[in-house]
Amino acid sequence: MPESVVVDVNVNGVAYQREIEPRLLLVEFLREEIGLTGTHIGCDTSYCGACTVTLNGRLVKSCTCLAVQADGGEVCTVEGLEQNGELHPLQEAFSEHHGLQCGYCTPGMLMASKSLLEENPSPSREEIRKGIAGNLCRCTGYVNIIKAIDAAAVKMQGV
Amino acid sequence: MRNLPAQNANTPGQATSKVGAELQHEAATLHVSGAARYIDDIPVPASCLHGAVGMSTIASGRIKRLDLSRVRQSPGVQAVLTLQDIPGHRDIGPVFPGDPLLLDEGGVVQFHGQALFAVAADTVTEARQAARLAEVEYENTESNLDIRHGLQEEQLVRPSHTQSRGNAKAAIEASPRRLHGEFSSGGQEHMYLEGQVSLCIPTEDNGMMVYSSTQHPSEGQKLVAEVLGIPLHRVTVEVRRMGGGFGGKETHANQWACLAALLAWKAGCAIKLRLGRVDDFVGTGKRHPFHTEFTVGFDDSGLIQGVEMDLAGGCGYSPDLSDAIVDRAMFHADNAYYLPAARITGHRVKTNAVSNTAFRGFGGPQGMLATEAMIERIARAVGEDSLTVRQRNFYSAEDGRDSTHYGQKIEQHIIPSLVERLVGTSDYWGRRAEIQEYNRQSPVLKRGLALTPAKFGISFTVQHLNQAGALIHIYTDGSIQLNHGGTEMGQGLYTKVAQVVAHAFQVDIERIACTATRTDKVPNTSPTAASSGSDLNGMAALDAAEIIKKRLVDFAGNHFGAEPGDVCFIDNQVHVGQERYSFAEFIQLAYMNRISLSATGYYRTPEIHYNRDTASGRPFFYFANGAAVAEVLIDTLTGEYRMIRADICQDVGESLNPAIDIGQIEGGFIQGAGWLTTEELVWGEDGRLQTNSAASYKIPAIGDTPGDFRVELLPDSPNREATIFHSKAVGEPPLMLGIAVWSALGDAVASLSDYRESAQLNAPATPEQVFMACRSMRERN
Repeated sequence: MPESVVVDVNVNGVAYQREIEPRLLLVEFLREEIGLTGTHIGCDTSYCGACTVTLNGRLVKSCTCLAVQADGGEVCTVEGLEQNGELHPLQEAFSEHHGLQCGYCTPGMLMASKSLLEENPSPSREEIRKGIAGNLCRCTGYVNIIKAIDAAAVKMQGV
Repeated sequence: MRNLPAQNANTPGQATSKVGAELQHEAATLHVSGAARYIDDIPVPASCLHGAVGMSTIASGRIKRLDLSRVRQSPGVQAVLTLQDIPGHRDIGPVFPGDPLLLDEGGVVQFHGQALFAVAADTVTEARQAARLAEVEYENTESNLDIRHGLQEEQLVRPSHTQSRGNAKAAIEASPRRLHGEFSSGGQEHMYLEGQVSLCIPTEDNGMMVYSSTQHPSEGQKLVAEVLGIPLHRVTVEVRRMGGGFGGKETHANQWACLAALLAWKAGCAIKLRLGRVDDFVGTGKRHPFHTEFTVGFDDSGLIQGVEMDLAGGCGYSPDLSDAIVDRAMFHADNAYYLPAARITGHRVKTNAVSNTAFRGFGGPQGMLATEAMIERIARAVGEDSLTVRQRNFYSAEDGRDSTHYGQKIEQHIIPSLVERLVGTSDYWGRRAEIQEYNRQSPVLKRGLALTPAKFGISFTVQHLNQAGALIHIYTDGSIQLNHGGTEMGQGLYTKVAQVVAHAFQVDIERIACTATRTDKVPNTSPTAASSGSDLNGMAALDAAEIIKKRLVDFAGNHFGAEPGDVCFIDNQVHVGQERYSFAEFIQLAYMNRISLSATGYYRTPEIHYNRDTASGRPFFYFANGAAVAEVLIDTLTGEYRMIRADICQDVGESLNPAIDIGQIEGGFIQGAGWLTTEELVWGEDGRLQTNSAASYKIPAIGDTPGDFRVELLPDSPNREATIFHSKAVGEPPLMLGIAVWSALGDAVASLSDYRESAQLNAPATPEQVFMACRSMRERN
């Protein structure tokens, strides 16, 4: 068994220090070490995007990122989207516009969408399609996901 | 209870959460906040161990030696389970035997990836590492993955079955024109984003609490009980939700639940068994690939006179559900077309592959696709647009062209007018002309257009499965708890059934909580499959609600001396004559007067029957109808293509929730298009699945969907049958609309022959296949 290492990771604004096995994946760290199970394990190989989170503001697939790579960094997960008990406009829009069915891809979709809107607050439909090209949904056919992101962008621009 | 809860200051407003409202998914808020729990998210007992499965590395042979000593010595391993350890049944075949849970020395391996043993360890990684350490010696035997070869050798998992009407052979021979053809369609991996997973916790009475991502909790319960050798009443299976099912968790969740239960029994502690994605691809069944041969006779207008068709499904190594799946392919070999004389035979071919299983459509898509391929060829042969030939062959009320080749009368002819409507809304003919002009001008890029219909029979073809139960409790604060036998996999079933109950009591949806599907709440349930979820469970829940309502009305009669007609449930209130009570107030009054506020409901679908000996009957309660127009653009030099536009019209009867139905249609269409375009399963000569992860198996991403996507629910089309509020099933039917994409690709390829020849295009029509079809078309023209 390899020696364990200590990592300090800030997740959704909360500082966590954990002693972990060096090969622990970030997704395992989030789910098993600090109990944030909103980030899902889908394909194990970075293709589906169910495990998408941001690390230091950039999107990562947490199934192919080691927890030690997040040492000293800031991670944001789906659980961090809600602020002061209020859903993020993207969360509201995914609910209202039926942008989910089984919901398994939803947390990753939300993180990818949030990142997209931070870079491009009023994306065209084509830009939305490109923005979530790295996230798979097996249920919806994506139509309502695009609608939801579009609606959230409009709402956020209006605020 | 001694004191009743304080009543909410519920302002009796208009109840808006009724049937037909576009309510959001009941767990939407949980999903978007990351709080929705899948099996892998359930907090586990501190002593929980993790399971993994050791699998075969050959496709066919006998196990000479199975040495697990290195597995046992591997770090973290706490228990190893072999065939010999199993106290009860060792075969978990859901209908017929043939699915051994594990294999031991002397056992016969029948596919690459077959489970040999299972292991429990402290961590997931340790369990999976240990599962790879078995030393196995095999005596290899010849394997076969080819459907045609298997059929020639008469290697079948179940006997062939034939449906016939008239003398098809004679009708074909007497026809002015004849065609003989072959067609192949590939399988499809479900790729539910949540893989197979089960959590088992031993109970104090030597029973087992099973949390399983399954579409069929009752079957999981039965099989877990049988492998443990205990009565069913000691086993409870619960599933709150699945992260997608699509048929892949109808029977193929059972093995992992059984193994987790056996490991838990052996280790004496909780076990979680979650398959890694590669093991999931390798170890679970898929949509059946099919090979079809047909001979068809038709006249100069393309009107079919007679068909002989042999549909051969590649079943993999065991029967699983293949009998019913191939039957359903046969039931849909007519699609929307009248076959005056027909001989349709279905073969269940054994191959050395994982046992193929249910997948949205359940064989129907494969039968329908073969027929659509046949129609395309007929159309090219007579030089007509395929739409025209399709329309000519539709079932109709005239000239007795209204019964299927298995004797079911088509009582409502929805397809012709639905298609006519879609032809108009999609501007099919205008675009056809424009595309032909474009293709004349464009030497490399070619556009293709197609309209395909889909008529899909609703009901389980296994009659006894067409039953359901539900359980409703009303508590003394007026809140309602609802439970039923259907499972939620994203299709919105819990939402729809809650709407039914809200409608029955005329209360807001917020008053209703739908709890996890559990075998100890509603027993002996059918799988959530065959698009039957809301039809069956909606009716059962309505029955339970009506039982309670009747008690309440009778109570009002006794208590207030009211006539039944004077009691009504309206806008979160109960009106008794001129008196108004809030719902909670009335419920408390009923409770104080000792009225039971809990009821089970039950439903069984009427009128359906099928006699397999005569191959005739009325297997379907009704048909769900739809049609799609797809337009594609292909590059004839590379085979690359894009879907440009899709137009759909789907008949969902009187929709319970139009937003949910449209979501099902969009998702189903894209999943069907994926099956026929990018989703290709490739096995090596050694029988190993080469496309064993999302890295090599491509489901549709957002870029594969059309930028212009228009979906319409057929208006004013209530189901004439007495279904739940005259709605129609919507789960599977839209998948078959994806056939339009395959047809449009063929149409684009056919433009290279100026539409004189049909494309030689099997399914999936990957870019490689489209390229080769273009090349062979160019060579011939």
